[in-house]
Amino acid sequence: MTQLALVIDLNVCVGCHACVTSCKEWNTSGTAGYMADMNPFSKDPTGTFFNRVQTFEVGSFPNTETVHFPKSCLHCEDPPCVPVCPTGASYKREEDGIVLVDYDKCIGCKYCSWACPYGVRELDEHQKVMKKCTLCVDRIYDESLPENERKPACVMACPTSARLFGDVNDPDSEAAQAIRERGGYQLMPEWGTRPANHYLPRRKTRITIHEDELIRADNPLNKERQLPMPDADDPTLDETTSW
Amino acid sequence: MHPAFSVIFLTTLIGVGQGLYLALYTGQLYSVFKVLPVQDSAHFYALGSAMAVILLVAGLFSSFFHLGHPERAWRSAARWRTSWLSREVIVLPAFMGAVLVYGLIHYIGWNPVLFTFRDTFEIDLSLVVGAAASLLGFTLFLCTAMIYACIKMLQEWATPLTVVNYTLLGSASGFMLATAFAAWQGSELTEFFGGWAILMTVVAFVTRSASLIRNARIKHKSSLETAIGIRHARIEQKAQGFMAGSFNTREYFHGAPRHIFLLVKWAFLVLVFPAPLVLVSIGLGLQAVSLLIAAFLVQYLGLLVERWFFFAQANHPQNLYYQTVG
Repeated sequence: MTQLALVIDLNVCVGCHACVTSCKEWNTSGTAGYMADMNPFSKDPTGTFFNRVQTFEVGSFPNTETVHFPKSCLHCEDPPCVPVCPTGASYKREEDGIVLVDYDKCIGCKYCSWACPYGVRELDEHQKVMKKCTLCVDRIYDESLPENERKPACVMACPTSARLFGDVNDPDSEAAQAIRERGGYQLMPEWGTRPANHYLPRRKTRITIHEDELIRADNPLNKERQLPMPDADDPTLDETTSW
Repeated sequence: MHPAFSVIFLTTLIGVGQGLYLALYTGQLYSVFKVLPVQDSAHFYALGSAMAVILLVAGLFSSFFHLGHPERAWRSAARWRTSWLSREVIVLPAFMGAVLVYGLIHYIGWNPVLFTFRDTFEIDLSLVVGAAASLLGFTLFLCTAMIYACIKMLQEWATPLTVVNYTLLGSASGFMLATAFAAWQGSELTEFFGGWAILMTVVAFVTRSASLIRNARIKHKSSLETAIGIRHARIEQKAQGFMAGSFNTREYFHGAPRHIFLLVKWAFLVLVFPAPLVLVSIGLGLQAVSLLIAAFLVQYLGLLVERWFFFAQANHPQNLYYQTVG
């Protein structure tokens, strides 16, 4: 069964918020209505966003690491927000596993947002309905777009290609391969929600060098060590000096 | 969680309405079995049922303020197979209707005896309708409480104690109102209702305290480690992605300072339990209607505070992502 999702590589995310602005730009222009911004130019501006980038510091100085962490709906395979919805406005699509809200059925009771442990559903202050990431469902199937642009707006915008999009249940997809080969993991596995979105961990490239590896113990030139060392300024000649 | 007054009034008002109805029906049931004297149909049962219906309607009215689209509220009966909220939406009007019919039967006086049990106990129509209404009343307690208890992420709520507390606190406040109502009517049932109100308040004190003790010792399953999936003892948020508020910062944080939060807890522990117990005991002893009314009002005020605390105490795992503005 198809399960479209995002795979987010924390190793390369630089926290530029391009995915946030691109998401807002695309989704606020859609036919489903704009994503309201209240008090945009005054005190306490607030607005609806499907995607946010947060920043965490891991470790204590000086051994700290800055982790930029994009967060949007994880399109859980067992979404807790769907069964609690009293109207059926919140649903998971059979064909591609995207969790969506029917804005015409939603009564704005906020119960689904209580059931979501990730806090990725937001009540739109203007439309008074629950909104969330749609995985750009109005983009990814749009045949008027060139095929390589049929991806969510956040994926298109990411300058470091930290966001992969694909069917995580198709073993040959780029997303599934990344999860499998690069240690993809899910958020808050303790709630049994089985998020479809995965995160790729930060990786350190370390090389371990032992002391004896710095000096070549069996260097054949050592046999010639008896020869006098020439001065540093002298030209070196093979078989005449040790160097 | 951020306590919403619409839901605080909904849950407390319907709780009183359910409890009041259950008190009336218990009184009638006892009188059928000749344990208690029979009351006047129109003045006692019909008027009491009307009061219960008014409380239920007020609660339902209050709930609409919680919705973004109240005009679509009818849609919420659709998913009763999976959603406790949907079940409540069905059971609440059903219960209201049943209480209304029960009251009307008493008011009109059309109350035929359906069958006679052991040649002494006459089972009439109101008793049968009332039994159905009682069943719906208990189901409504279950549905209301399960809305909260079924969300496993909110660990402070996800316990059978939530169902027990909603049932006992609603019943206690309803019996407290029934005591004042019976005293005002000059009914012999005052002591009967008062005794039950005292007993239920005492038992509710035990179960509500049990949930407070449980929640004080609660171990949250989620942590920043599981929230962002990085195993490290020291993770600190540096930015939540925006400076001003969002739905995430408004809906899930009660925003009260620590000392106010603790004050609210002690306020409800006093207002719901010892204060009305003292008032109702003295009121029953002195036969003072005003004291019995005061006992109910104090307990209801306490229940509003208790419900605020119930919501505020629940700690949503999403809050882990919103620890620092930036």
